[in-house]
Amino acid sequence: MAERYSDRQPPPITRSAVLRLLPPAARHVLRGAPSVLATAGDALGLSLSMPACRASVNATLAALWLAPDERLLLGEDASAADTSSRIAQALGDQAHSLVDVSHRQLGLAISGPHAVTVLASGCPLDLDRSAFPVGMCTRTVLAKAEIVLWRIADDDFHLEVWRSFAAYVSGLIAEAGRELALPDLAVASSDRAT
Amino acid sequence: MLLITCPYCGTRPELEFAYGGQAHVARPQDPAAVGAQDWADFLYMRDNTRGVHAERWRHTHGCGRFFNALRDTRSDQFLGIYRVGESAPALPPDAPKEVP
Repeated sequence: MAERYSDRQPPPITRSAVLRLLPPAARHVLRGAPSVLATAGDALGLSLSMPACRASVNATLAALWLAPDERLLLGEDASAADTSSRIAQALGDQAHSLVDVSHRQLGLAISGPHAVTVLASGCPLDLDRSAFPVGMCTRTVLAKAEIVLWRIADDDFHLEVWRSFAAYVSGLIAEAGRELALPDLAVASSDRAT
Repeated sequence: MLLITCPYCGTRPELEFAYGGQAHVARPQDPAAVGAQDWADFLYMRDNTRGVHAERWRHTHGCGRFFNALRDTRSDQFLGIYRVGESAPALPPDAPKEVP
């Protein structure tokens, strides 16, 4: 008798690099002088005065260094209003720019032992651990699209992609997977960015 | 690929940068007082250097900052990088000599 579908074991995990679309998130871009970043960091409970191209993380928020005066703040989707009001309250009338870019871009995760190889097909940066260590983040390019790349773990990258570039970026990564004979590397169709 | 050192982000591939033209072209403080010929010179006339050229670059797909660079236009070799507002650094002793 044929086994019922629900009795089947899932296929063994053979994926060497996996591309996932991350759930919606709250994203803010904060720009200001060092004193502004220090005050906002105190209000949020994490340091925004990190060295160049490094991220700082606490339980609910991640702050990514994008430029000397620019930070990208990533948090839970529901926390957007809370984050912006806390920053606005702490900064008062200090000159700064705080923009909610939650819906401008999408988060993608690339993980697995071949994540670096897949990324290197389109990203010109040196992604070796010595040149791009865990915790490093930067704005860069993936082929023709601008992305923010953040190394969360050795084999785990977070990408922030503008939503109009998302289909291009995920298609490019899937193609890199095919070229490297990783045929299972693709965004699940139900997740595909539209 | 040509590598360019951003003074803020470190050494990055050329793809992330945009050329910003000749450096140290100061806009006249009082444009209304400048004659037509001088204004045209300010707008359009640039050096056409064969050798070391001071020029602006922008790390467009990175930190977005402008900075200045000394580049040998014959070899594309970058001989010095400095931030906006700073004066040009001395050339390294092994820099290629000017060719008359």
